This record gives sequence, C-alpha cells and structure tokens, in this order.
Amino acid sequence: MTGFLLQRLLATIPVMAVVAVVVFLLLHLGPGDPAAVIAGDYATPEDIERIRDRLGLNEPLHVQFLTWIGQVLTGDLGISIFSNLPVAQLIAQRVEPTLALSLGTLLVTVVVAVPLGVAAAWRAGAWLDRCLMGGAALAFAVPVFVIGYILIYVFAIKLAWLPVQGYSPLADGAGPFLRHLVLPVVALSFVFIALIARVTRASVLEVLGEDYIRTARAKGVTTFRLLRRHALRPALVPVVTVIGIAFALLVGGVVVTESVFNIPGLGRLTVDSVLRRDYPVIQGLILVFSAAYVITNLVVDLLYSVLDPRIRG
Amino acid sequence: MTSAAGRPVLAIRDLTVALPMDAERAHAVEGVSFDVEAGEIVCLVGESGSGKSVTAQAVLGLLPPGQLRVTGGAIELEGEDLRAAPAARLRSLRGRAMAMIFQEPMTALNPVLTVGEQVREVFVTHGLLSPAERRERVIELFRSVQLPEPERLVNTYPHQLSGGQRQRVMIAMAFALEPALLVADEPTTALDVTTQARILEIMRTIQRARGSAVLFITHDFGVVADIADRVVVMRTGKVVEQGPRDAILKSPQHPYTRMLLEAVPSLDPDADGGASASAAALEVRNLSKTFAGGGWFRRGRTVEAVRDVSLVVRKGETLAVVGESGSGKSTLARCAVRLTRASSGEILLAGEDIAQLEAGALRPYRRRIQMVFQDPFRSLNPRRTVAAALVEGPVNYGVPGPEALARAKRLLGLVGLGDDALGRYPHQFSGGQRQRICIARALALEPDVLIADEPVSALDVSVQAQVLDLLADVRERFELAMLFITHDLRVAAQVADRVAVMSKGEIVETGPVADVFGSPQHPYSRALLAAAPGRGRL
Repeated sequence: MTGFLLQRLLATIPVMAVVAVVVFLLLHLGPGDPAAVIAGDYATPEDIERIRDRLGLNEPLHVQFLTWIGQVLTGDLGISIFSNLPVAQLIAQRVEPTLALSLGTLLVTVVVAVPLGVAAAWRAGAWLDRCLMGGAALAFAVPVFVIGYILIYVFAIKLAWLPVQGYSPLADGAGPFLRHLVLPVVALSFVFIALIARVTRASVLEVLGEDYIRTARAKGVTTFRLLRRHALRPALVPVVTVIGIAFALLVGGVVVTESVFNIPGLGRLTVDSVLRRDYPVIQGLILVFSAAYVITNLVVDLLYSVLDPRIRG
Repeated sequence: MTSAAGRPVLAIRDLTVALPMDAERAHAVEGVSFDVEAGEIVCLVGESGSGKSVTAQAVLGLLPPGQLRVTGGAIELEGEDLRAAPAARLRSLRGRAMAMIFQEPMTALNPVLTVGEQVREVFVTHGLLSPAERRERVIELFRSVQLPEPERLVNTYPHQLSGGQRQRVMIAMAFALEPALLVADEPTTALDVTTQARILEIMRTIQRARGSAVLFITHDFGVVADIADRVVVMRTGKVVEQGPRDAILKSPQHPYTRMLLEAVPSLDPDADGGASASAAALEVRNLSKTFAGGGWFRRGRTVEAVRDVSLVVRKGETLAVVGESGSGKSTLARCAVRLTRASSGEILLAGEDIAQLEAGALRPYRRRIQMVFQDPFRSLNPRRTVAAALVEGPVNYGVPGPEALARAKRLLGLVGLGDDALGRYPHQFSGGQRQRICIARALALEPDVLIADEPVSALDVSVQAQVLDLLADVRERFELAMLFITHDLRVAAQVADRVAVMSKGEIVETGPVADVFGSPQHPYSRALLAAAPGRGRL
C-alpha cells in the first residue's frame, strides 16, 4: 500500500513538470512580441520596453525559465500587470469562495445523487426509475444560470429567506457563510446530481447482475444491506472517477455561477485576467488548476485502491 | 434421519415456472415433482435448458425478478409452504434453513469484502452469536472445509484464493447455520478434476455428519455416479425419470436417459494407436514460454508457463494434451500456432522451424496450422454471416471468391449443416452447430495440422459426442495431424491415439493412450486418473 502511494505520488512529478513548461511557454508561443501583446493596442514603445524589462524578457529563454521556475517553487507567481499585486496573493484571496462552492456542491451532489442512483437501479424500469432518470435528463438540459435566476427569484426575492448575491467569508461567521452559499450550491448541484445519479444507476445495475449478489440473497441478506454493502461498494469505482472529474471541473469552471451570484472566486478572476491579458495571473491560475486536477486524480486513484482490494495488487 | 413427522425435507409438487412471453417455450419448468429426504443427496441431472437450475432457484425464491415466475405447484420445506411464505419469512429461511452453493466460485463471492466477512455475514444477517463468537465460528468452519491457515485466510479477499479454496469458502458459508436443505448448483463444474474430487469429498463428509438433505444439480454423470443417492433426470423443463442411483445408471428406462448415458465417453481408450508410422506433421522441440511481469516500481514476477516441452504429432494422428488449469496446455497450443511467440525452442511444421519467424515469413505457414477454440459462443464474430466467416481465410490466401464460396458450401455439408446456413448469423445456431461452423472455418484453409483447444468443453454431453465424431471423421478424411487440448480424461480416452500429460508447464508422461490410461507411470498421471469422476461406475 505504501509502495502504491509512493508510486502514484512520484508519477505526478513529470505531469507537473510538463505543465510548468507549457505554462512558461504560454507567453512565448503566441505570435509577435509578448510585451507588445500584453501592453495592448494603444501602448507606446516606452510602455512595451518597461513591460519587457519587468518580465525579464530581455534575458535568454533558458535563463528566464530557470528564474521563473525558481520563483514558482518558492511560491512566488509574479506580479499582476493590471493590479500590481502579487499573483499568489490574488489567487489566495479567491481560493476560499471557489473551494467553498466546489466542496459544498460536491457534498450535496454525492449525498443526493448516490442514493437516487441506487434507488433507480434497484427499481430499474419501474416508475421510480423512470421519474428519477427523466428528472435527471431535465436537470442536465437546463442551463445553470436559468436555475440560478429561478432560485434567486423564488427564495431570495419572493420569499426573502436567503441573500440574493454575494459571498461572506467563513472568518465572518458560519451563519452568513452558509446562508450565502445555499443558493449557488443548489443551483450548481443540479447538473452534477443528474450526472452522478446516472453513473451510479448504471454501475449499480451492472453489479446487481453479478453472481455474488445472488449469493448474498441466498444468505438471507436484507435489501438495504444488499444494496449498500454488496451492490454499492463494488459499484463505486466508476462513480468516484466521475466525482473526481466533477470536482476538477468545479474548481476551474464555476464562472457562470460565480457571475450569477456575484461571488469573488477563481472563475471570475480567470475571466477578468484573460480579458485584461494579465499573463502572470493567467499563468498562476493555470498552474493552480493543473495542480488541483493532478491532486484530484491522485486522490481518486487512492480511493480506487481503498474501494477495490484487487487494485492494491 | 428422516425428520420428526417422517416427511421429506424438501417436497416439490407439480412445480411450474413460466418463461417470458417471447421465449421459445412457455415454461422453464413444467409439472416437476420430487422429494429430498434428510441425509440424502439427490442429483438433478440434465443438459443446458433442461430447467434444472431454474428449479433450484425457485426453491430458494431466487428466480430473477420480472423474468421468471412460479405459476403453479407447491414447494414445501419441512412442511412449510414456501410459495405462500411472505418475503421476510423467505429471507429468514434463506441461509438458516436452506442454503445454496453456486457454480462459479470466481464470481460468486463479493470481490471487495474479505472472505471471512462474507461468511460472518450469515451470522450477522440472522442476528446470531456475539462478534467474538462469530470470528471463532468462521475459523472453525474454514477448518472443517480443510482450508489451510484459517486464521490468516479469513482476512484475505476472494482474488487471493484459488478456485478450489473459494468454493470451500462457499461451502463453509452454506453450512454455517447447519441448514436442513443444501442446494448445490453445479458446484464443481468450474473446478479441476483433482480439486473437484476433494470438494465432493468435503461436501459428502459434512453432509453425512450433519444429516443435511442435498439437492445437487449437475450435468456430469461421473459426479452423479460418485455422490448421488437418488437421481432425477430432467429434459426441457420436465422430469423424464427418477429413481435410486444404481437403477438409473445401470438400467435407465427412458430413452433420453439412455441416450445421455451412452453419450458419456468411456474412460477405457478405444483407439488402436494407429498412425505411428506416418510422417511428423508438427514437431515441437524444447519449447519454453516465460511470461515476465512487473514494472518500474514493482518487483518483476516471471511465470514459466511452458517448460522444455517436446512432442510430435504425425499425419492422421491425434495427440491429446491433458492437464489441469494452469498446467500450460493452452499456452503450448497458442505457441504452436504462433498466436504467442515462444521464449525458446523450435516448432517444426513440415520440417521448417516457424518458432521465431517474422510476420511476413510466417504467413505462408499460418494456413497450414489451424485452430478450433473452446467457446463457440465467443469465437465467431456475431456481426458476420457464416459465409463471410468461412470465405475470409481462403480469400486472404488468394482463392477466388466464387471458389471459396463453393468450398464453404462443401465444408458445411461435411460438418452436417445445409447451404441455408451460409446467410445466417452465429446467434441463430446452437452451441454444437457453432462449433461445427468453427471446424468448417478451420478446414477451409486446408490445413495439415488442426489444433483443438478444449473444443467440446462448453457443449452438452450429447452434442459433445457428435462433435467428437465429426472431428474424428475429418481427421481421417483429410489425414490431419490433430493436437487436442483437454482437461477431460474421458474425452481424451475417446479421441486420442497418444496422450501427453502436462503438469506445471512440463510434460510428465507421454505414450499411447491405452498405456498411459491403463498403467500410468508418473504419480501425477495416477492422481489425475484416480480423480476422474464416476471411475468404475460408468
């Protein structure tokens, strides 16, 4: 088990190295002078020269890379061209809202979707299954901003139970933090519940046809225990895979939700930075997202081996 | 050992199970009646589709929901009407009063739970014993089925055990609560003969000690001869004959029973050892195959599947390679046809060494050595017609289409199928017919050597006999050299002129079939022959 863990950890190093090289080259792969691209259409030659100097673009490429990678490894992601603030600080400020939203969504999704999926598989073909899977198709089809605005209209404006928009950091108290999180989390959960309920249903349905399910029934095992211990556990591997992908997508791709609910998260920082051609911030964000993907994959791989003893080898 | 009231443990009366509307017949089981008394083993025998497994599942209430339904008759367990029992009552009887052992020990255990947990679950489910007592009891049960190191084994997962060990776990699980009735559905079919012999002995010992009633489902008359007290013969959902074992085996009344018994190959070889003078068509010299595993971080594991094997197959002769699973017999076959490249050694096909030829140079030789595989349900492409399957090979070797088609028609006639088979797809044929098509496909290339890897293992005994006759016929007709891989000693005795016994990658004994079967020299050959079910009774 320790060997397996070590092997997986070591395997992440080459991946992150490739990501680092690509992120570094991002600035240099585009056509023309990167400094001019960053400076924009109305910059004077002096502006461009200043940017070039500040980014160290006058140095040879390998020197630039070594300097940059050295800084990255010590946690220095550079300075934002737009705000003049350290990139690491900009990102750090935005991590909490995004993580809160992502983890909250994931929690709600798993708690709702997995039991629904199991129930649908157990009653495959019956009305319960049809209703659940029909609902899932609908949840898939409706865009998240539509769900978001409907939720805001009903629960924030008409019923006034919850705040319309905004974000309240956890440091300012758990109550406001949670109240601000409810609607965006619910809005975002719909599509993921639909996805994961479907995957769970398919996976559990397959396991229910296995011989060992019949063995468990021959022992007199109750339906609940049968579904939970004998059907769900072996069925979880594909479900965990999709949950991992979902989490990675959430961290990087909650722009729309963050916009609808006016949450200052990483998604909006990404969009803003791209629009402002704030290359240091974009580079920092790509690094952070890549690391999140790699770590998520690592966790998923480790979960596989926990769930299925055959993978431990 | 009859129960208090003198009534049987299991009484089945006029049991009828309906098939879904679109099935080929209306009932899976129709009007079936028989009893199983305490302390008695009743064998339910029949070929595939006879309804024997459905009967077993109906007893435990394990019929696949929505597909099969008991529509008539009665099932009584110790006088209690199981058809009238509510689901909760049935659940509490399962595992406690009646238990079941299944065919596939590989898939019948949950892969993500330890085997100890799975046996312990029987006590947990029925709310019996304290946690500490449960642990003790599981170890005791493992000991009673002769599992090695029971204290350690309770914490292992199914994939870490051998097939025989898994089946012992299943038996331990089934006997855990000392049920009055044990239903065993082909419990040894997936096991090697020597393992099968041990498992049957364990079952018999425990069954005798506890006085349980056993309903034992099997297609193998050898097993029936070894363990049955009484026999019930089924065919297409109906009981055709039942009675005490010796009466059924020695003087069967129903023609179907007689046919089944006659189809069982005898262990006495009937070959004349004929073609020993003719030229060698295939010769294997010092062949070895090693599989290397491992990766960057894992210690490499090498498996020597075949070790220094030499053999000769002559024109018009059948050499049977017999051995248990893992003996390397299939790897040997795959190396000989070059589906796998041997690690070392020579494969001489008409005097030419093809062992290490590259793809291009090998091509002309491929035609001359053809293979028939074990599972006719998977070795034909389901999306191609029979004609396409038969014509493809010859056309690849330059035979004009019309001529290849004419050859295909001729071959279909030879294997006993009409021209109308050409346009049909594999799923429209039965298992035996498909294997005939596979044989025709192999013959279409006019090979010198035919390698048959367990060609009848997936077939019912009556169909098996026909396919074996066909293979003998084509061998004679085309003077083929045939290498016949099998685990079944009875089949080997019927088809082979000579036999080679394989164990752990090596040939331990080889010679004319009459000699090897009559007076085996190697201890392994002797053990293998002694384990053959029904020896001396059939």
